[in-house]
Amino acid sequence: MELHLILLFMILASVLAVEARDLISSVISLSAVGLGLCLAFLILKAPNLAITQLVVEILCVVVLIRATIKKDLPLVRDGRWFFNTISTALFVVCFLAFASFALKELPNFGEPVMRVSGEYIANSLEKTGLKNIVTAIALNFRSYDALGEAAILFAAIIAVLAITRKTGRINEK
Amino acid sequence: MKNNQTGMTLIVKTITRLTVGLILVYGIYIVLQGHISPGGGFAGGVIITLSFVQLMLAFGKDTALKKVNQAKCIFLSGVAAFIFLILAVCGFVTGHSPGFRDGHSTFFSAGLVPFCDIAISVLVGSGLFVIFLALVLLTQEQE
Repeated sequence: MELHLILLFMILASVLAVEARDLISSVISLSAVGLGLCLAFLILKAPNLAITQLVVEILCVVVLIRATIKKDLPLVRDGRWFFNTISTALFVVCFLAFASFALKELPNFGEPVMRVSGEYIANSLEKTGLKNIVTAIALNFRSYDALGEAAILFAAIIAVLAITRKTGRINEK
Repeated sequence: MKNNQTGMTLIVKTITRLTVGLILVYGIYIVLQGHISPGGGFAGGVIITLSFVQLMLAFGKDTALKKVNQAKCIFLSGVAAFIFLILAVCGFVTGHSPGFRDGHSTFFSAGLVPFCDIAISVLVGSGLFVIFLALVLLTQEQE
């Protein structure tokens, strides 16, 4: 019941965020959506996710208000749109072709129910010595997943720094 | 920290001076207890970043940049990513997660997982602070 109320609140707030006239009220309604999501995680008994969601939401709201609200950045629309569209379509076709080969080998979706997760729940404390089972799965059983996550974050940092740098190296000389 | 003219009003500066240390210590607590209670490297790193962001919003960008500047943040995030990669290769070589195991709820009870948490927190915290700094400096240049 509470979950449905929160979902209704989130839908209303997101509609308001899209339809609001000025940017500040839109950002505030977006943060209300994030707060509702945090409460929904708490009701569904996932405190780990609730902490992360709340903290990231605060940082996102601060960045949105402080950095992007004063003046919006110019968007580059013209130029090589034809080449970009072609390369994106090519990449999608290649990805789907390789995925169709790879996905044939996997078992059906949800076929042996609780086969892997039952193992995690039963033996995670003895095997890893971790009381927090979420951390046990994220950083011990699936640690390379976390490594890939860190690599994605590092690539994102490098991309932001490359886009927002002051001047190109060639112009300085 | 001097009361110069940059930043917000006196009320915000006083409250920031009282709370910024508490927020920093709470972030470190979340990182170090991540394998026992809810929390972990990502959330703790973002809380540590939020304390620096609060310092920067209240006192202006010069005070915060004196503590941690952009080059230092980039260096920290690179070093943390490298340390995490080394820990992952450790597990790859030995076939399991090596380390001390005594008891169930101490810091050293879980092998390498707390150290992975620390590396992730440094990577996430310095990386997000670099992104924040880059966006703020970009908008200030445009004005």
